Amino acid sequence: MKATVTITLKQGVLDPQGKAIEHALTGLGFDGVGEARQGKVIALTLDESDEAAARAAVEAMCKQLLANPVMEDYEIALTP
Amino acid sequence: MKSAIILFPGTNREKDMADALRRAGGAEPAMVWHRETTLPPVDLIVAPGGFSYGDYLRCGAMAGNSPIMRAVAERAKAGVHVLGVCNGFQILTEVGLLPGALMRNAGLKFICKTTPLRIENSDTAFTHLCPPDRPMMTPVAHNEGAYVADPETLDRLEGEGRVVFRYADENGAVTEAANINGSQRNIAGVINDAGTVLGMMPHPENATAPHLAGVDGLPLFRSLVERLS
Repeated sequence: MKATVTITLKQGVLDPQGKAIEHALTGLGFDGVGEARQGKVIALTLDESDEAAARAAVEAMCKQLLANPVMEDYEIALTP
Repeated sequence: MKSAIILFPGTNREKDMADALRRAGGAEPAMVWHRETTLPPVDLIVAPGGFSYGDYLRCGAMAGNSPIMRAVAERAKAGVHVLGVCNGFQILTEVGLLPGALMRNAGLKFICKTTPLRIENSDTAFTHLCPPDRPMMTPVAHNEGAYVADPETLDRLEGEGRVVFRYADENGAVTEAANINGSQRNIAGVINDAGTVLGMMPHPENATAPHLAGVDGLPLFRSLVERLS
């Protein structure tokens, strides 16, 4: 399976890079951008073919290494 | 006082740290490479500044999972004193020896300057010789130094006297303007509940000789040598 982990800063955590992007977009004339938040995407290729087992493995990876729970949230998307 | 300095690929302040420990009267520090799994018998373990593993993923994340950090965590739990400076502080939060995390500076700029710190707790093994009545002029050099934690953690740290250093102005006043990197509550350094593990973003080791950024950092190392010898 393939797993895509999207890591974003928690709501309420100041995101200065997102703020800079937001200001730049407004400066370029893109009206109506309320808020920009920057994160990162980690794409994994897994040997596992069972979705539940793959999700459990990637959850463990997120908790141990990929995300820092103090400041980040993560979402896992799995595709065959 | 015997000490060990942990070296990761990308660490760059280990010699400054060794100089500071020598100047304060400590024994010659042992340098311990990140692939080691054991530590020599020491009174103090130091995680110095730099850019361990190129700051990949998050600052300190890779170093936090290195073999030597398991040994450091075990020693810390047994009561051995640990000092983490700059990237070392980031690593100690990543391994959970200290609460909170360090994020990108609010101003999005790398900050390299000597800045005043207010000593909020001079009753620790790290600070008992630091004069609490005037700010400690200490160099900072970081891009990810904004301290964050949830409000309950911040309240607990403050209530237990575990905020050891705050960014202040030259009179020692903790103000919004003096908060160089957007740290919550101006926090520059915190200590664990046992009072044995200290993490700080500024570099006291770079203020230990007149030809550096002054000598305000020297009492911190003398505190350790006096207490741990």
